[in-house]
Amino acid sequence: MGRTSTLLLSAAAIVLAGTMPALSAWQPQKPIEFVATAGPGGGTDNLARAVQNIITKHKLVEQPIVVVNKGGGSGAEGYVYGKASAGDPYKVIFGTSNAWQQPLVSKVAFNYTDLTAIAAMAQDEFLLWVKQDAPYKTAGDYLKAAASGEFKMGGAQSKDTDEVLTRMIEKAGHVKLTYIPFKSGAETAVQLAGGHLDSHVNNPSESLGQWRGGTQRPLCVFSPKRLPQGAKVTATEGWGDVPTCVEQGLDIKQYEQPRTVWLPGKVTPDQAAFYVDLMKKVQATPEWKDYIEKSSQIDTFLTGDEFDKFIKEDLERVKLVAGEQGWLVK
Amino acid sequence: MDNLGELLHGFSIAITLPHLALMVIGVLLGILVGVLPGLGAPNGVSLLLPLTFGMQPVSAIILLSSMYWGALFGGSVTSILFNIPGEPSSVATTFDGYPMARDGRPTTALATAFGSAAFGALIGVILITFLASWVAQVALAFGPAEYFAVYFLAFASFVGMGGAAPIKTVVALAIGFAIAAIGIDTVSGSVRLTMGVDELVKGVNFVVAVMGLFGIGELLVAVEEEFHARAVSSKIEWREVFRAIGRLPRHSVALLRSAAIGCWMGITPGGPTAASFMSYGIARRFSRRGRYFGTGEVEGIISPETADHAAGTSALLPMLSLGIPGSATAAVMMGGLMIWGLNPGPMLFVDQKDFVWGLIASMYVGNIVAVVLVLLTVPVFAALMRIPFVIIAPLIVIICVVGAYSVSNSYLDVVMMLGFGIVGYLFKKLFYPLAPLVLAIVIGDKAEDAFRQSMLMSKGSLGIFFANKLVTCLIVAGIALLLLPLVLQLARLWRKPASAATETTAQEAAREKVTI
Repeated sequence: MGRTSTLLLSAAAIVLAGTMPALSAWQPQKPIEFVATAGPGGGTDNLARAVQNIITKHKLVEQPIVVVNKGGGSGAEGYVYGKASAGDPYKVIFGTSNAWQQPLVSKVAFNYTDLTAIAAMAQDEFLLWVKQDAPYKTAGDYLKAAASGEFKMGGAQSKDTDEVLTRMIEKAGHVKLTYIPFKSGAETAVQLAGGHLDSHVNNPSESLGQWRGGTQRPLCVFSPKRLPQGAKVTATEGWGDVPTCVEQGLDIKQYEQPRTVWLPGKVTPDQAAFYVDLMKKVQATPEWKDYIEKSSQIDTFLTGDEFDKFIKEDLERVKLVAGEQGWLVK
Repeated sequence: MDNLGELLHGFSIAITLPHLALMVIGVLLGILVGVLPGLGAPNGVSLLLPLTFGMQPVSAIILLSSMYWGALFGGSVTSILFNIPGEPSSVATTFDGYPMARDGRPTTALATAFGSAAFGALIGVILITFLASWVAQVALAFGPAEYFAVYFLAFASFVGMGGAAPIKTVVALAIGFAIAAIGIDTVSGSVRLTMGVDELVKGVNFVVAVMGLFGIGELLVAVEEEFHARAVSSKIEWREVFRAIGRLPRHSVALLRSAAIGCWMGITPGGPTAASFMSYGIARRFSRRGRYFGTGEVEGIISPETADHAAGTSALLPMLSLGIPGSATAAVMMGGLMIWGLNPGPMLFVDQKDFVWGLIASMYVGNIVAVVLVLLTVPVFAALMRIPFVIIAPLIVIICVVGAYSVSNSYLDVVMMLGFGIVGYLFKKLFYPLAPLVLAIVIGDKAEDAFRQSMLMSKGSLGIFFANKLVTCLIVAGIALLLLPLVLQLARLWRKPASAATETTAQEAAREKVTI
């Protein structure tokens, strides 16, 4: 009882602390730059542009917003830029879990601690995809086939989310896969359609068109429960019809990629609070719901301690895989 | 023919007053971003993208694709007049376009470029209209090994032609590969060659490199050599515009060959840049006047321009039918498609007939609009050449600095651009060829990725490059192009063992003078 009331009290305090400065304290006085840590047209770029569009349409901020792409070095360019802009609250960086995963495995000149975490706004799911005419119908069949032969698994980038998941599948399914890195998920999807690969682990939006077009199909989703039903993708099936991998005997309960928002380091709490509040407002609009549905992502909002906890847990998981593979940089 | 009926329906969508107005606006904006270096078509299209969110998808894509056409045309203007390629794909146009313009024939150079560009685009659209489904299958056959084979062919067609001393070509290539390797490596994920500069993790942007190498490098040479004799007196001649266009059919072999190369590279998708280089290289090899290339040859302009536009146009097809963008601009448009709620892929042709055929019809109309508008501007642009060098030179520096900065708002890029200017100057003074350097910077890392992906797939066996007919043909063609000059040389030695030695050195000396 006593604990609940303390919790309630502190929750109230947080809410008050969150709203009061937003009313009085910091407001932007000049144009804001949205930095997408990916090239034009990718998932991160789409998020930055969707948020920009919603803010402009609903006039949530008085100042104009421009989106710039800094996707060089698998996104490192954008994060390094954020680190170099310490103390500047007019630069908002849009990224993924790359922010904490990349520094583990690659000698890039930033770490997520150089930035101020604002929020994780959406979760992209991962699925196991195979070519449409592949003989296996379930993840179990796939693993059986993979155990005998030499399977090629494609993915975007090296030592990044896709390869980490591939190594987790190897471990959970007791198989050995040859991982082939490409520049993007879209490229990987085309390679699978052409029969140059046996499988990949793309996000829903990266392979949606291919599934609808009948060149590849998902076997299972790396999620604790099935995805929300939504509209049918093919004539007979929608995302909700895809079984979870655990159901099919591939024991990886959850694997997802958050879309994250950051400010440079050394900004004031007021400034950070302004953007947390802004992103909450964005998420309440019908256009946001529309964006989430069209890109087949899961709506989520993690900020503050919750976001921090998420990062720490994810780091542990990646460190485990990266350590076993000998990827960690000293 | 089903497609023809669909196309006619598409025309009824494309030829309406609001859509024609959108085309004119798009083309004019496109010419503007194309002319300003650093602000290429991908940037222009992504700047315009948010404005289209409220539009009908078909109107939006007409606006964006018209801008793309405009930018493709505009990109050639600065290449020809100032030796500053506004777009990566118009670098090869500078090789003969700039010498011709400096020779006092800017009108001819511009009109030839635009005329052949329009021809290339037309062939590209016709291909899209009739071969949509077939083409989709061809693109699917391309795995990493096939990609590598295509890039290898592009290198071979360019390198083997031997404009400069072979060893100098190899040195230029090697430097280009080293520059392309800077940044994060796709296959291993590790950071390479950043030399302690954190920002270099993004790699070296192509535009930054070419603006320095060509724009600033050329300027330095000019300042040193011919400071006084630079202003070219070019009359504003409307008749020359039409005369240049009228002369195009005489080069029909070059036009058709280049269009074929362009379409092939756009679909596969090697992209417009590789296409224009490859087409220039092959033209130089097979043209009767090949040895004069680099001094302002008409076919030296026709070949890269036709291929560039044929590739740029046909690159939209894999985007629509497979969801593979064949060029950077196509990638941006694909992002747009998804935001408008359309999913690129095979089903687009079934679900969204109005959109697809409206777009294809608008390619015909949009290209006609673009070529008319752009030909009208030729005398105006050509008149720029009459401005005295003392005024133009600082302007070129400003354009290059602003262009380099606007690529990603980075001061480092400006410094690198100036550094490349010095490299360009040294290359010119020491008779090193710039083209292999640039080619290696553009497709060097792609070729490397494709090679290493193939090696991963085959577990280190080179047999993967001879695993099927398609890849074998490409590789053999590449090796043949690479060895052809060597064989010719040997054959000549065989025939005239005595006089051969003196002859080749004399020829080489002559060639070095015309080296790009």
